[in-house]
Amino acid sequence: MKFTVSWLKDFLDTDASAEEIADKLTMIGLELESLSNPAEALSPFVIAKVLEARQHPNADRLRVCMVDPGTGETVQVVCGAPNARTGMIGVFAPVGSFVPGTGIELKAGNLRGEASNGMLVSERELLLSDDHEGIIDLPADAPVGTSYAAWAGLDDPVIDVAVTPNRPDALGVYGVARDLAAAGLGTLKPLADAPVEGTFKSPIGVSLAFDGDDSPCPLFVGRYIRGVTNGPSPAWMQKRLRAIGLRPISALVDVTNYMTHAYGRPLHVFDAAKVKGNISARLARPGETIEALDGRTYTLDETMTVIADEAAPEAIAGVMGGEASGVTAETTEVFLESAWFDPVRTAATGRKLNLNSDARYRFERGVDPAFAEPGAEIATRIILDMCGGEASEILLAGKPPIREKTIGLRLSRVESLAGVRIDPQRQVDILEALGFAVAGAGDDVVVSVPSWRPDVSGEADLVEEIVRIHGLEKIEHVILPRLEAVTTPKLSVRQRRRFRAARALASRGFNEAVTWSFLPSDQAALFGGGETRLKLDNPISTELSDMRPSLLAGLVAAAGRNADRGAESQAISEVGQVYLGDGPEEERLHASGIRQGMTGSRSSLAAPRAVDVFDAKADALAVLEALGAPVDKVQVMADGPSWYHPGRVGTIGLGPKNRLATFGEVHPRVLEALDVAGPLVAFEIDIDAIPVPKAQRAARGALNTSDYQPVRRDFAFVVEEDVAAEKIVRAARGAEKNLISQIGVFDVFRGASIGEGRKSIAIEVTMTPDDRTLTEAEIEAVSSRIVAAVEKATGGSLRR
Amino acid sequence: MDQMTDLHALERDITERIHQAGDEAALEEARIASLGKKGAISERLKGLGKMSPEERQVAGPALNGLKARIAEALETRRGELKEKALEARLKSETIDVTLPPRPETKGTIHPTTQVWQEVIAIFADMGFSVAEGPHIENDWYNFGALNIPPEHPSRQEMDTFYLAPKEDGSRMVLRTHTSPVQIRTMEAEEPPIRIIAPGRTFRSDSDRTHTPMFHQIEGLVIDETTHMGHLKGTLEAFCKAFFEVEELKMRFRPSHFPFTEPSMEVDIGCQWVGGELKIGEGEDWLEILGSGMVHPHVIRAGGLDPEKYQGFAFGMGLDRLAMLKYGIPDLRAFFEADLRWLRHYGFSALDMPSVAEGLS
Repeated sequence: MKFTVSWLKDFLDTDASAEEIADKLTMIGLELESLSNPAEALSPFVIAKVLEARQHPNADRLRVCMVDPGTGETVQVVCGAPNARTGMIGVFAPVGSFVPGTGIELKAGNLRGEASNGMLVSERELLLSDDHEGIIDLPADAPVGTSYAAWAGLDDPVIDVAVTPNRPDALGVYGVARDLAAAGLGTLKPLADAPVEGTFKSPIGVSLAFDGDDSPCPLFVGRYIRGVTNGPSPAWMQKRLRAIGLRPISALVDVTNYMTHAYGRPLHVFDAAKVKGNISARLARPGETIEALDGRTYTLDETMTVIADEAAPEAIAGVMGGEASGVTAETTEVFLESAWFDPVRTAATGRKLNLNSDARYRFERGVDPAFAEPGAEIATRIILDMCGGEASEILLAGKPPIREKTIGLRLSRVESLAGVRIDPQRQVDILEALGFAVAGAGDDVVVSVPSWRPDVSGEADLVEEIVRIHGLEKIEHVILPRLEAVTTPKLSVRQRRRFRAARALASRGFNEAVTWSFLPSDQAALFGGGETRLKLDNPISTELSDMRPSLLAGLVAAAGRNADRGAESQAISEVGQVYLGDGPEEERLHASGIRQGMTGSRSSLAAPRAVDVFDAKADALAVLEALGAPVDKVQVMADGPSWYHPGRVGTIGLGPKNRLATFGEVHPRVLEALDVAGPLVAFEIDIDAIPVPKAQRAARGALNTSDYQPVRRDFAFVVEEDVAAEKIVRAARGAEKNLISQIGVFDVFRGASIGEGRKSIAIEVTMTPDDRTLTEAEIEAVSSRIVAAVEKATGGSLRR
Repeated sequence: MDQMTDLHALERDITERIHQAGDEAALEEARIASLGKKGAISERLKGLGKMSPEERQVAGPALNGLKARIAEALETRRGELKEKALEARLKSETIDVTLPPRPETKGTIHPTTQVWQEVIAIFADMGFSVAEGPHIENDWYNFGALNIPPEHPSRQEMDTFYLAPKEDGSRMVLRTHTSPVQIRTMEAEEPPIRIIAPGRTFRSDSDRTHTPMFHQIEGLVIDETTHMGHLKGTLEAFCKAFFEVEELKMRFRPSHFPFTEPSMEVDIGCQWVGGELKIGEGEDWLEILGSGMVHPHVIRAGGLDPEKYQGFAFGMGLDRLAMLKYGIPDLRAFFEADLRWLRHYGFSALDMPSVAEGLS
C-alpha cells in the first residue's frame, strides 16, 4: 500500500515528519516497507533560464544555449531539443549530476567543436513521464535557481506499508490516516462525502438478478453522469498516481484508481453509450466470455459474479471491467458503479481466472459495505469537477451487508492478557478513535465494531486494537517463572537418539547432510516407494514429486554430484524422516549413510583401501550401539532390500521380524539409474525400531573380573561356500555359553587343498573361567563340544 | 712365583679382558673365564681347601676380594655395554617426524542440526519440553484447528503441498508450519504446557531465502496467567542467549496471524560491518519471528477452555537462525549436500551445545 505524505495530509491534520509517520506506522502494525522521496534523486536539477539559443555552427539539429542556472554565471550547453529557444525557462542538469532517465553521470564535453557543460532535460530524462518530445518548458514565472523538484511539488515522500490480510480498512489512505490519528499523530479530517444532488433520473436501471440469494452482490449503487469530457486528469491527481506507480490514463479512469487507493473503495465507470439496456449483477452463465480491460478474453463459469447489460457481461465483478464498455477519450455519458462483492467468491474468481487487480485485492479482503454510497458521492463530485457534466439521482439495488457486531469487553482483560495496565478511559479513547463505539461503564463494556473492520470478532481482537495503538513497547518484559529448581530432561528417547545418531556418525567421519523429503518418482520407485498416496498433488517440480521412502536416494544422488565436483572419497549421512505411508506412525526416523571411494587419502604410512560392505556394517553397528540397541544380541541375516547388491547385503535385527538396520553395497542398477559411479556402500537404521529400554537405573552392575587366565584356542572349519560365518560363531558360542567370552573370525580361506565350492573359516575362541584355572582335559572337552556343535550346525568339519 | 704377584697379574689380565669386551658375548666369555665353574678365580678358590690354615688365612681374603672386584667390574662393563647398545639402537631408529600422520577423515554436524540443539538447550533451561508431530498432516491440524478458514489465501496451492486425493476426495497436506504440534500437544497434555516443537516444514516456494522444505521451531505456553509480557521476556531471553550478546536491540511490532490474537512480529537490531552481519546493535532491523497470544479458537480446538486458559505461541525458522548466527548466505545450499559446504559450515561432533558450557 503506497501513498505520499501530501496525500495522507488530505485526510490527516498533522505536523509530523515523513520519518515520524513512517516509524509510527510500523509500531501500530502497518509495517513500513519503504520511505523514499523522489525529490532526492532530482536534487541536482534546478530551474534555469535560456538567455540565448543559437544555431550550432556545425550541426543542423543542435543549438548552442547560454544558460543562467541562477548562480550568476552563464553556462554553455549544446542542446538537441527542437523546443530549445531564447528566453525559455527550463530545467538544468549541471556537470556531475546523475540523470536518472539515462543512467549517466554528466561530464563536460564538446559537441562538434562547441563546449557543453551540462544539459537541459526532458521529463523522460527525469523519469517523470514518457515525454521526450522536447526539454521541459516551464512558465515564465518559474523561479530561476531554485530546485525544480520542490517547485513542481515532487518533494513529496512516498510511503509504502505492508498491510496484513486482516486489515482491508488500511488499503486506503483514509484508513491509514484514521489509525495514525488514533495513535496520536494528528487529527482525522471529516470525509467530504456530502451527497451530490441528482438532477435527472438515470436512463439505465440496475437490479440484482440472483434468484433469491443476493450474497454474491448484496448491494449495487449506481449513477448516470452525462455531458462529461474525458481529457487528462489534473496534474495533482496524475502526480499522486504516478508517485504510487500507476500510469495516468484519462480523468474517468484515473478517478477510479484514485478512489481505490484513497479510500479503499474500488469503483467502475462504464461508457453508458455502449451499455445495452439496463444493468444487472448476476452469476455468469457457464462458458460466457468477456474481453477484460487487460485485453485478454476470459471464459467465465456459474460461480463467478458479473455486471451485465442486456446483451453480455460488461465486467467481472470486483475484479476487472470489460473492454467493450470501457471509457475512451470520446466518452460523454458514463455509468458509475459502486457495489459490494462477496470476498470469498471474488477471491475464487480471481484465482480461477489467474487475474489480479487492485480491486480484487480489496474485495477479497472485504471493503467497507457502508461506504459504497459515500464512495459513489465522492467519486461523482470529483468527476463533475474534472470532467463537467451533470449527475443523475443515485440508484440503489439491495442494501449494504453490514454486520451489526457487538463484543463484551472487560477493560481489565488488557492487563491480564497483554500484561500492561492501561487507564480505562485511555482504552475507551483508543477504541473510539478507531471508530468503535463503547457503551456501558465499569469494567464490563459493550463495544460495537465499525463496518470497515470485518476482522474484529472477539475480546482478544479488542485487546489487540488497544495495545497496538497504546504501543507494544510499553509492555514490560517478564521472565516466565521457573516450574522446577533444576531443569529435568526435556527430550524423549527418540529425540535424543536423533542427535546421538548424527553425532556418532560425525565422530566416525561422516559429513551430515539434510536432503529433500521429496524426490523424483523414478527414484522413489527404486527405493521401494512411489505409491500414489505418497505422491504430491502439486509438486514444485518433477524432481520433487514423491515422499521419500528411504534416505539413501538423496544421499546417493548427492554423492554423484560431489563426485562430479571432484570428490574422490566421501562419507555422508542424514538423520531424518522417511515416509512409508501417510499416517503419523508411518513416518519413521532413519539414520543412514553412504561411503564411496577409499578409506582415506594416499599416505606414505599406510595405503588406503577401497571402502567395502564391512565399513557400512561397522557404521551400522556403531550407531546402533550409540543408540542403546542391544548389539550383543543382534543377529545378521544375509538378505535385505532390493536396492542393494543381492549378494552383498545384510540385515541386522533382533530376529527375522524385528529388523533394526540394513547395510550393503548399493545395487549397480540403482547407481546406473542415478548416474552415480560405484561401488558405493550404505546403511540404513530404523531408529523407531530400536527397543526403548525400560526405566534405567543409573547404577551399573558390579564389575566381575576373573583372577584366572583366559585361554584362547583356534579352530578352522571347512564348510560349504554358502555357510555364513555367523552360523559358525553362533554354534560355537552355544556350545559353552558360560565359559566362552569372545569369538573372533580371523581367516577365510579358499583353495584347491580344500576343494571346489568350499571354504575354511578360522575362529579364535576365548574361554574365561571365573573360579578356577582350566585344566587341559577341561579345555579339550570344551573344544570337542565346540567342534561338534559347529559340525552339526553347518555340516562342515574341523580342518585338520 | 709369589702367590700375590700371581693374583695381581691375574686381576690385571681379567680386568683388561673385561674392559676389552666389545659386546655382551665377549663380556660373558670373560665372566666364564674368570668366575665360571672352571674360571681362573673359581679354580683358585677350589685350591683353598688344599692349603694350610696359615696359607688359607692369607689367600682366602685375597681371592674373595678379587672375586668381588671382578664381579663388580663385570657389572659395570655390562651397564656400559647396554647403554652403548641402546644408543646405537636409538640412532638407527630415527625417523622423519615431519611426514604427515595416517590420514583420518573428520566428520561434521549440519548447521541446522547444530542450531536445533542450541535452541533446545536454551528453551530446556527455561523449562520447555520438546514435542513433535508428523510432517504429513490432515487439513484440521494444519489449518482448521489453527483458525485458518477454508478460503484463507495460505491454503491455496501457491503455498501448500497436497498429497494425492484419497477416495473420499480429501487430501493430506505437508505441514506448512510446526503449529499443528500446538493442537496435538494441547490434546495430549494438561496445562501448564511449555513446549517447543522443532522440525521440517514445507511450502511451495523457491528462491535465495525460500526453499520448498525448511525447518521451523514452534513454541507454546499454556496456563492460566501467562501474558504478552512473558512472551516478550521469553523471546528477549532466547535471542540474547542464542546470539550470545549481552545487549540486544529488539522491536515488537503488531502483526496478524490467524492463530494468535494479539499478534506481533519481532525484529532484532543489526548492522552490516564490512560485509558481515552484526547482530545486536545498529540501525537496521531483521525480522526473526512471529508470535502472539494463542487465539481462543485455537485453545478451544486443542480441547481446552479459553475462558480458563491462555498463553503464547511463537514460530521461527531454524535454518534462518543458523544463517544469521553463522553468516551463511544462501538457504538453498543447506539442502544440497555439497561436501565442500558441509565441511566449511559444519560443526565438530564434539561441539555439543550446552547452556552451561556455552552454545558455540
